[in-house]
Amino acid sequence: MMMTKTLLGAACLSVFALTVHAEEGAKLIIDGEELTIRANAPAHAENIDEVSSGWIYRSKETQALQLDDFDNPAFVFVDQAIDEWDKVDGSEGKACSSCHENVEDFAGLRPTLPRVDDGKLVSMENLVNECRTERMGAEPWKWSKGKMTSMTALIGVQSRGMPVNVAIDGDAAPFWDKGKELYYTRVGQLDMACSNCHEDNYDTMIRADHLSQGQINGFPTYRLKNAKLNSSHARFKGCMSNIRAEPYKEGGPEFQALELYLASRGQGLSVETPSVRN
Amino acid sequence: MKLFSITAVVAGLLASAAFAEPVAPSVVKYEDGVVMASLTGVAGDPVNGRDVFKNRKQGNCLACHVNAEMPEESFHGEVGPEMAGVADRWSVGELRGIVSNSKMMFEGTIMPAFYRDTGFDRPLEKFSGKTILTAQQVEDVVAYLRTLAE
Ligand code: HEC
Ligand code: HEC
Repeated sequence: MMMTKTLLGAACLSVFALTVHAEEGAKLIIDGEELTIRANAPAHAENIDEVSSGWIYRSKETQALQLDDFDNPAFVFVDQAIDEWDKVDGSEGKACSSCHENVEDFAGLRPTLPRVDDGKLVSMENLVNECRTERMGAEPWKWSKGKMTSMTALIGVQSRGMPVNVAIDGDAAPFWDKGKELYYTRVGQLDMACSNCHEDNYDTMIRADHLSQGQINGFPTYRLKNAKLNSSHARFKGCMSNIRAEPYKEGGPEFQALELYLASRGQGLSVETPSVRN
Repeated sequence: MKLFSITAVVAGLLASAAFAEPVAPSVVKYEDGVVMASLTGVAGDPVNGRDVFKNRKQGNCLACHVNAEMPEESFHGEVGPEMAGVADRWSVGELRGIVSNSKMMFEGTIMPAFYRDTGFDRPLEKFSGKTILTAQQVEDVVAYLRTLAE
């Protein structure tokens, strides 16, 4: 009885919908290379048929900024990381370039992260800080601060166009399970899970925002909103605060597990680092 | 005669107490998702309810519902059903139930419970133990929804 009424409500003719559904044929071509922005969903993302890049859901103007690296504001920060690459820092008198001749050699790394090393789940931020503290004798960088996001963007862009491909079995399995649980757990005063918005309602408008699948293949991402590069963990934090939930700690075990789970939901999409979003 | 007047006085006191104190979120009575009794005893104000509906810090209902009655607002979400004609589809008690805690009516819905203050996982400190809307704001928004007939 109640259900029938709801259905009627939902079916009621749209008189005012500002529907801007994602355009079917839009292509993301950078430097002559076409990136994969839609792919068949991997079997472990049971409830969706297709995975899609967040780029698809942005406005034409925002999309355009990612089509050319000269227009993409993220490259200002990538350039800063190129300078940082050769800068000696710490007690050992070393720069990144003392050990890694070419940053290009990191092609292939981004798609496989986060991964398990010696029983610990590690993100690219951990790998960078491991070099800084253990090999350079330098201070670690803060997870979402400028030097870190610039460096993860520089290392990430070396893999642009390669398909996301994280390991989720073996010793990664318990981390993945935990990430999945977090993804489906309702939190905050608004009592929502990531899945409520990014799985059940992607490609619909939530007030002025066009909901995407919440993929992380484009991180770190330049946001017009704050005019800087943003880590995936900073984005998770923002979404949690929006639903009035106490966010987990950036770089902490919960967000790392969530990062692994989300990466696995984007399996097959191209690495888009550094992407542009609003 | 005397007994009668005492009863009348007591009843009067009870009634005025009920008017003064809104029904606490934990004792709101849902019957199949419906809340028959007013949460405050004070008639809802549809004009304020309209404001609660669109205000991002209050109901922010517009985040999810297209509402043809407020075309001057530029962004209407489309996560839930459109609001046109809700008054024809739902009674006052049903609407009060849906706004207070829609999960009682629609199992597993994304729509937040606007008059619930417990049972949340990791609520931000400043919202902990609080409802999204006050009892009177719920009554106001319900009064506003009742104006949306076709
Ligand atoms: C109330 C709805 C809502 C909930 C719940 C929510 N998000 Fe979001 N999220 C958004 C909106 C709106 C955006 C910006 C538009 C878009 O890309 O979807 C966004 C963006 C994102 C992005 C950026 C996608 C890109 O391509 O740049 C990621 C990643 C993300 N969310 C992850 C999460 C995670 C993880 C959770 C749970 C902890 C979560 N979200 C919960 C609404 C939500
Ligand atoms: C995050 C999304 C969201 C928000 C915010 C939201 N709703 Fe809803 N609402 C829904 C969904 C989805 C449904 C449909 C029920 C279902 O199947 O889950 C619904 C159903 C309803 C219905 C029944 C409509 C019908 O025709 O059957 C009413 C009335 C309603 N909402 C009013 C409100 C009011 C008033 C507010 C704010 C105080 C509000 N909603 C906020 C998502 C939302």
